[in-house]
Amino acid sequence: MIRLNNIVATYSTVRGQVNAVDGVDLAIPNGNIVGIAGESGCGKSTLLKIIYGDIIYPLALSRGHIDYGIESNKGEITTKDIQQYWFKRISYIPQSSMSSLNPVVRIRQQFLDFLEPRQNKKAILEEIRDYVKGLDLPPEALDAYPHQLSGGMRQRIMVAMGTFFKPDIILADEPTTALDVVVQKGILLLLMDIQEQMKNTILFVSHDMGVHYQISHKMLIMYAAKVVEFGDSDSVFKASLHPYTKMLIEALPTIGDAHQREGVSGRPPSLWDNLVGCRFAARCPFATELCKTEEPAFIEHQPGHFAACHHVDKVRQA
Amino acid sequence: MTTILKTTHLNKFYRLGGLVKRVRINALDDVNLTVQSDKPVIISLVGESGSGKTTLAKVILRLIKPTSGSAVIYDQVVAGEGAIPSRKTFLNTLQPIFQNPFEAFSAYRTVDSYLQKTANRIGHKTNLETSDALGEALNSVGLKHADVKGKYPNQFSGGELQRVSIARALIPKPKIIIADEPVSMVDASLRMNIINLFLSLKEVYKTSFLYITHDLATAYYVSDYIAVMYRGTIVEFGNARAILSQPQHPYTQLLLDSIAGTNRKWERKTYKASDMEAKEFQFSGCRFRNRCPLAKDLCKEQRPPAVLQNDGREVYCHFVDQT
Repeated sequence: MIRLNNIVATYSTVRGQVNAVDGVDLAIPNGNIVGIAGESGCGKSTLLKIIYGDIIYPLALSRGHIDYGIESNKGEITTKDIQQYWFKRISYIPQSSMSSLNPVVRIRQQFLDFLEPRQNKKAILEEIRDYVKGLDLPPEALDAYPHQLSGGMRQRIMVAMGTFFKPDIILADEPTTALDVVVQKGILLLLMDIQEQMKNTILFVSHDMGVHYQISHKMLIMYAAKVVEFGDSDSVFKASLHPYTKMLIEALPTIGDAHQREGVSGRPPSLWDNLVGCRFAARCPFATELCKTEEPAFIEHQPGHFAACHHVDKVRQA
Repeated sequence: MTTILKTTHLNKFYRLGGLVKRVRINALDDVNLTVQSDKPVIISLVGESGSGKTTLAKVILRLIKPTSGSAVIYDQVVAGEGAIPSRKTFLNTLQPIFQNPFEAFSAYRTVDSYLQKTANRIGHKTNLETSDALGEALNSVGLKHADVKGKYPNQFSGGELQRVSIARALIPKPKIIIADEPVSMVDASLRMNIINLFLSLKEVYKTSFLYITHDLATAYYVSDYIAVMYRGTIVEFGNARAILSQPQHPYTQLLLDSIAGTNRKWERKTYKASDMEAKEFQFSGCRFRNRCPLAKDLCKEQRPPAVLQNDGREVYCHFVDQT
């Protein structure tokens, strides 16, 4: 279980400090694909950075701490020493494979980057080749330079790199956003197969609710630096408790269904402002006076299904 | 009947490589599309990256010259042999909107200065006239002139800025707007607002759209016609709703099968992606043949012709009756 204890992540800028993640407090059970959704600037990538322990100026973890639930030989892993376990216990699959791979080094050499100097390179390379073959990738891809591979193939290589050491946690930040639907499906199916075999926890960021419907076991919806809903994918999609989640799902057009769809009008509040009450109130059809003055608590409305809204009952009926 | 869009044997070849080894990429290969209607229409152009859809848009927008063939927009030849020479008529007939609104506007200029330039170009000389034209265009996309005046691109959200760029395109009252991936950089929650705006502009201002996208669900939602492209060729063309609910070309079927929708979950079976994109451009026969479940020897030798179906669609496949 990954336990996020009241996380506040702050960026320092010339204008002052701004909280990109503001009080996230929840527990993520092991062995799930957790989909994280929300619009740009809502803090989903910042949350991943904090969990990954990639905290460098101007980002700072100003409050809270994370219990990863991973033991190493030195005891429980914390945000401070997690960098030593990158790719071995926790790995990261980025959005742009082209800017993550070194363009002038062959792929196989980049795989060996994780090794400690005394390890036997040849034996490991054989293992890598077998692993890559097991994922239905051509082993020759390892001998290529990044630009010689197509975007989809490069992203598969990133998936192979991220999963080679069977890490406990995999963080994926929009890994398929830049790809076509056909290629995207291939990569998502690969990721699902790997997760079923290794039983690791994947935190998967995407703003495409269709992708989440296909792969996520649990859903985490963020809005303006806060988590507004968290629960099993099935119940979040079928019976959302937060109006923002409901609007996100309903905005999605489907083939075979031509009835009028509405997007979410308006825009999220600026995080620079002094925010009082519910942050979604200005765009919410259910908003009352209460919402403008008092911030809704993030509570468990049904077993395992959390939401931060004053009017959960009204949303459920709508 | 007005010919809204017609391309005749449109070709665009790129040459890659050095002096010794040259490769010819047929980015557009004999593209023939005809849309005739009295009412404004929304035509979608879909396909994966590298299918030639942006190349087709660039040819129509006169940003690149076609190797051969011609394109007609609203009864006027706009590109290729016999293209209308006047830039003014051209810009009053069609206007572009681009993918990333933050790149379309310079970060160092106010956005309304772009709108003013466009208004001045079409003959609004006095301040009053320009500001009327701006106000009208911005109103039609749901913004107010006062909200936009003197602001820089970083003061807008992606969705709002895309609205401003649509407003700019509307000032000359064009007959058709060429929109190249207009919503792919816009947040999913705001996407439908832009798409609905297209529908209302079509109703109110009688503007047609050429909507280029890889998102089949929004294409189904807005369009009257759809053309599916693969590696520079058209594979299926016709009524959008008919094609997307009952695709007949194996590639269209593959595309539809790959959408991450919320109506049903995917079947979990292994899946083979194409790893020979560049070679497929040089295939002499059908370019989809190495991924096609129906491929036979004939597909290797002959480019499939357009087969006209009962519902008026064209399917470029030798074995369309088996699909």
